[in-house]
Amino acid sequence: MLASLTPPITLKLELDVLLLGVTFLGLLTRLGGIQFPKAAVFDEVYYGQLVSLYVKQIFFIDESGPPLGHMVLALGAYLGGFDGNFAWNRIGAEYPSNVPVWNLRVIPALAGALCVPLGYLLVVELGYSHHTAFVASLLLLMENSLIVQSRFMLLESVLIFFLLLAMVSYLRFYKLWSFASVVPSSAGWAWLVLSGFACGSAVGVKYMGLFTYLLLLGLASVHMWQLIGDRNLSTVRSGAGRLLALVLIPVLLYLGFFYVHLTLLYRSGPHDQMMSSAFQASLEGGLARITQGQPLEVAYGSQVTLRSLSSKPVPCWLHSHKANYPIRYENGRGSSHQQQVTCYPFKDVNNWWIIKDPGRQNLGVSSPPRPVRHGDIVQLLHGMTSRFLNTHDVAAPISPHSQEVSGYIDFNVSMPLQNLWKVDIANRESERDIWKTILSEVRLVHVNTSAVLKLSGASLPDWGFRQLEVVGEKIYKGYQQSALWNVEEHRYGRTEEQKEREVELQSPTQTDVSRNLSFMARFMELQWKMLTVKSEDSEHKYSSSPLEWITMDTNIAYWLHPSNNAQIHLIGNLVTWVLANIALAGYGLLTLIYLLRRRRKIEDIPEASWDQVVQAGIVCAGGWAVNYLPFFMMEKTLFLYHYLPALTFQILIIPILLEHLYIHVLRNQFQRQVFGGVVLAVLCLVFLVYHIFSPITYGYPELSSDQLSGLRWRESWDILLRKR
Amino acid sequence: MHKAQSVRGRGGTVVRNRKAYMDNGYTDAPVNPAKKPSNPSVSTGRHNQTYALMFVVILSFSTRFFKVMEPPHICWDETHFGKMGSYYINRTFFFDVHPPLGKMLIGLAGYLTGYDGTFPFIKPGDKYEHHNYLGMRGLCAALGSCLPPFAFLTVLELSHSPAAALISAALIIFDTGCITISQYILLDPILMFFIMAAVLSMVKFNRQISSPFSPSWWLWLILTGVNLSCALGVKFVGLFVILLIGLNTARDLWIILGDLQLSLVDFGRHLLARIFGLIVLPMFLYTTIFAVHFVVLNRSGPGDGFFSSSFQSRLIGNNLHNASMPEYLAYGSVITVKNLRIAGGYLHSHWHLYPEGVGARQQQVTAYHHKDYNNLWVVRRQGDGEDSGAPDLVRHGDIIRLEHKETTRNLHSHFHEAPLTKKHFQVTGYGINGTGDPNDLWQVEVCGGRKGDLVKVLRSKIRFLHLSSHCVLHSSGKTLPKWGWEQVEVTCSPYLKDTPNSQWNIEDHINPKLANISLSVLKPSFLEILLESHIVMIRGNSGLKPKDNEMNSKPWHWPINYQGLRFSGVNETEYRVYLLGNPVIWWLNLVCLGLYVVMVATASVSLQRGLQLDEKRREHCRVLMQGGGMLFLGWLLHYLPFYSMGRILYYHHYFPAMLFSSMLTSITLDTFLQNSDLLFNPATAQNLKWGGRALLSIAFLYSFYLFHPLSYGMRGPLAHDPSSSMANLRWMDSWEF
Repeated sequence: MLASLTPPITLKLELDVLLLGVTFLGLLTRLGGIQFPKAAVFDEVYYGQLVSLYVKQIFFIDESGPPLGHMVLALGAYLGGFDGNFAWNRIGAEYPSNVPVWNLRVIPALAGALCVPLGYLLVVELGYSHHTAFVASLLLLMENSLIVQSRFMLLESVLIFFLLLAMVSYLRFYKLWSFASVVPSSAGWAWLVLSGFACGSAVGVKYMGLFTYLLLLGLASVHMWQLIGDRNLSTVRSGAGRLLALVLIPVLLYLGFFYVHLTLLYRSGPHDQMMSSAFQASLEGGLARITQGQPLEVAYGSQVTLRSLSSKPVPCWLHSHKANYPIRYENGRGSSHQQQVTCYPFKDVNNWWIIKDPGRQNLGVSSPPRPVRHGDIVQLLHGMTSRFLNTHDVAAPISPHSQEVSGYIDFNVSMPLQNLWKVDIANRESERDIWKTILSEVRLVHVNTSAVLKLSGASLPDWGFRQLEVVGEKIYKGYQQSALWNVEEHRYGRTEEQKEREVELQSPTQTDVSRNLSFMARFMELQWKMLTVKSEDSEHKYSSSPLEWITMDTNIAYWLHPSNNAQIHLIGNLVTWVLANIALAGYGLLTLIYLLRRRRKIEDIPEASWDQVVQAGIVCAGGWAVNYLPFFMMEKTLFLYHYLPALTFQILIIPILLEHLYIHVLRNQFQRQVFGGVVLAVLCLVFLVYHIFSPITYGYPELSSDQLSGLRWRESWDILLRKR
Repeated sequence: MHKAQSVRGRGGTVVRNRKAYMDNGYTDAPVNPAKKPSNPSVSTGRHNQTYALMFVVILSFSTRFFKVMEPPHICWDETHFGKMGSYYINRTFFFDVHPPLGKMLIGLAGYLTGYDGTFPFIKPGDKYEHHNYLGMRGLCAALGSCLPPFAFLTVLELSHSPAAALISAALIIFDTGCITISQYILLDPILMFFIMAAVLSMVKFNRQISSPFSPSWWLWLILTGVNLSCALGVKFVGLFVILLIGLNTARDLWIILGDLQLSLVDFGRHLLARIFGLIVLPMFLYTTIFAVHFVVLNRSGPGDGFFSSSFQSRLIGNNLHNASMPEYLAYGSVITVKNLRIAGGYLHSHWHLYPEGVGARQQQVTAYHHKDYNNLWVVRRQGDGEDSGAPDLVRHGDIIRLEHKETTRNLHSHFHEAPLTKKHFQVTGYGINGTGDPNDLWQVEVCGGRKGDLVKVLRSKIRFLHLSSHCVLHSSGKTLPKWGWEQVEVTCSPYLKDTPNSQWNIEDHINPKLANISLSVLKPSFLEILLESHIVMIRGNSGLKPKDNEMNSKPWHWPINYQGLRFSGVNETEYRVYLLGNPVIWWLNLVCLGLYVVMVATASVSLQRGLQLDEKRREHCRVLMQGGGMLFLGWLLHYLPFYSMGRILYYHHYFPAMLFSSMLTSITLDTFLQNSDLLFNPATAQNLKWGGRALLSIAFLYSFYLFHPLSYGMRGPLAHDPSSSMANLRWMDSWEF
């Protein structure tokens, strides 16, 4: 009895030792001395800004990814008591004492360290031996690029952590379930739920996580499909359970991240102007301070600023100033020489316009105020210059197919005043809807020519002070944001006198009503903005194209010591990269051969092994493909570190292929011994390369120029040499 | 036979359906084809099908040829393709982003009908007057008229249901969009003809599976291949149908491989036959098309500058054709320098500075594809010393200045990052009248040469090494923004690896002090020309970027028929033609796509659950999943790739996908109507089946009656004017007719 019990216990002990061992080594390599260098390293300057904004609870938009990643980093800052006061303007800038470097870097480093045991577990879950898993974790452990990326305040390691976690927990669930072959136990459900959480978190850190999530969903649907075929089982419960865990949890989690994000960041900040007026009004400070308590209904005599709904190229307000269109443009075309009307991206007293009833003379709001409704005809009077908004059959300065818009000046040249505009509320609920501050999206349709007031998107030359061109669009099609305007600042005008009015325009608005946007509305707007804001896709000195990643033809210099040659580079372990490529190709070839031979009913390996080959292929080769191939479609600036999630999956193929060869291809003991020796030698080689490159992975010790040149194993690597 | 079959082996549920089953003249797929002719009921079915096909053909031709000569002026892209047709007649070389077959056919049709190629095709709206354009439009209309019969035959082959076949033909016949796009001198009807012909041949070929290597098997295989090469020869969109047929063939081979009764030798024969018919033959035909293209167009024309020096020397009238110029590069020569990257431009500069914030504010240096006096440079010595008497030749390793002839600035580089390729340095024009600074010095190196070698004009590959910053003159191939007039960026690359991007050749060489020698430039081989012209075409295609202010058509607009294209006329008084699909048909297609997915999901889940289905239902499932699946895949392949295209997109790009969608609709609707007894009681189902068909016919005809002015021309007020006769047809605000 005792004898039969002993072996499993020792086996279990061995597993734990290996796993614990690699975990410990992982922590050692990733967490050791992360306070060094005490200076901003590469993209830390970018994430640091966002962390500072989080700590100060100031609203921002970051198009690079959903908020969870930044929140995780900010959590570190919060725990370290960071006050957010650092400029984050230059790579290599020394951190002052108020920046808790260790706290900022520890979470990504921890996530990076845990990727090592997760890699181990994933290989085990795929049905391979613990030795194979050990090799896998060693390869991940000694991968210089993963180490570099984990040791700083960057997000890739967090992403990889969640991706691996999602896969491991799903496979664990599947295994538990298929062993039980009935509806899984509560432990099984727990793994499934964990998988759902990990998927949601991965997508929450970076959009790239979405592709691995889809892969996992695909795998789950194949499993589900097999389940449907099994008529002995009631599929409803277990199907609904999976759907709930793998779809609903990630979606809710994703929404939850945004909820926390929007709740935390309640103060107005630098990116306010990219959002709609309604959104801005929901933030504390900024526009809210101005608009809080504005009258809701626009009335005759209202003083308003009109903001274009389109924020391309920049958000701006309808504007005019005391300067006329030049009589002749550079290309010889003529203009009306009337006052310029433009769109101006800054707050200015010249952005104020007065809504006037064409039938009356007075410019103040009557009591009670007469609201302007959809379909009403109005005139728009420029507050500071008292010119009417006018358009006529004269070609616009930059877009000659459209009409010029001007502030009317009567030069007595048979150019009549055409200043009547029809108010067309695009998002109206009824035909007699009232024009509302901030909420209504209004088209201004010119009565004489039926042209629509529109932001053309072009900027005027020097004579127009580089402000944006506003035109009357004669052929107006569909729904265009550039032709819609909303009232942003608003007050009821009181005075008739021009001088007094000017004073009034300069003074801030005030009254009291407040408006709130629902969470979903804010979420939708923010998400849409994040997906559509175009960052400049210009090239960076260290940017690269996806094709260069496979062979690591490129590197990134992360940090250079201000006075000596010590430096940190993102360079991977070349041996591992080459091996991973070979393994991937070999694995593909092997699978293809098996596939074709099986089609002819020649079975080289048992059915169970074949299933294992397929599953490992889907998870590892598939994981590599979904994390790599989408980059070919992307137009944004790409860097080598984008390849790391794909690389992690690719590395796992090496030991899997090795075990497969060891068991199924090598026939006799001698071959196997030789094979084992080769594997050992290769591992030593991997360690050697890790060791050689560790000075530029960890940033110390400092190397001499000759040693640095010696590390330039590829012509295309940029290693920095300080000239003495 | 049917009756016997259906009664035998079926339970009570089947008897209920028997009538429905019998009266649609339905023939079972698994019936051995050899037995067919002996069966009288099948042969009447055949007759009916022939009549139906003739009916489709007549309707199709009459709708397409009605008013084909109207309007008698250039409509929309006729200005391009008509012009290119004329170029073939005049044998003038031009550059276009599409492969040549379509334009060659247009040119041929014009030539055969007596058009002499003299009409200039300047802009849309120009009157044709006495020029004969019937042939060109007629060709397009005739090919466009073949689409409904092809759809009919394809669907008939896939579903064996004449009703479905008729629906698919009707969807295309009565679609105003398909009519309009077939009536003008455009590439689309030609392209769609070949796409549909390829699909039809493939479907016919699949049917021959039981008699491999028979004459008809070979015939359909070869026809598939021929049509594929022609489709690709018209537009690169043909790649999508190649992909479709490739996937189908792979599936086919997979089935054959799994058939253990066939030996591997048999499999090898199948494989080789397909490689021959679907790869080798199409490639041969495709290159033949290009061979004809290059042989016909042997005169210099507007497209020369896009091509390399050696390519240009083939063209009669080009200055490199039988060129005569000094053989070796010398100081004081006026030269043009061409980048050796395939389809590289000429080294160019002009009186414009780099804008603020882009490196140093000095004069721009770019690469430019057109021949222009701003491409001229003068070779100067290192010092300012004027050339004396006898000209000196430039040798490998010499240090020179290149002075821009028009602006007298020197080619210059310095440690500022280049405008787009940030890893490289900026190249500018600097100094005045040849006086600059040491950063203007470049070392000339002949690739593979040694010190002292002379530089041969046209033949030597040379590179310019910047002396002080040790980088090479490089053309990145990236297009500069508006400030750079969308010309190509030129940089100085610190990576000294030899790539064609950093190699140049001297093209023009003018030096009055040297004797001109007649140079026979190395004639390029046909394969080089082929490769070069493809790279030029692909670059041209991706270079068609949407302009900032232009209203851009997005792929999601298309299936919902969001917005059409103006073919002719803008104002009230003009004769207006507007390319817009018949909304009833398009929206029906859209609904049926959804319906199809639901039906296939239902069918496959019930099959996976092992539901016992009778013969008829199983056949319907097969039609839905295999026939419908192929069409659905065709729709996806012709539609989804547009989402990832960066180039400018137009509404008419959707038409090939729309054809697949229409065929899918017919199969979906027909299967739905035939299986409506699953949802309703038998009597209702029977009524629904006939009522549904009648309703469809009425809907097609009536909507066609309503919208026919879109295709056949309209005058009078625009539709947004309430007084217009089209006013209540403007169902969407975005339509602009």
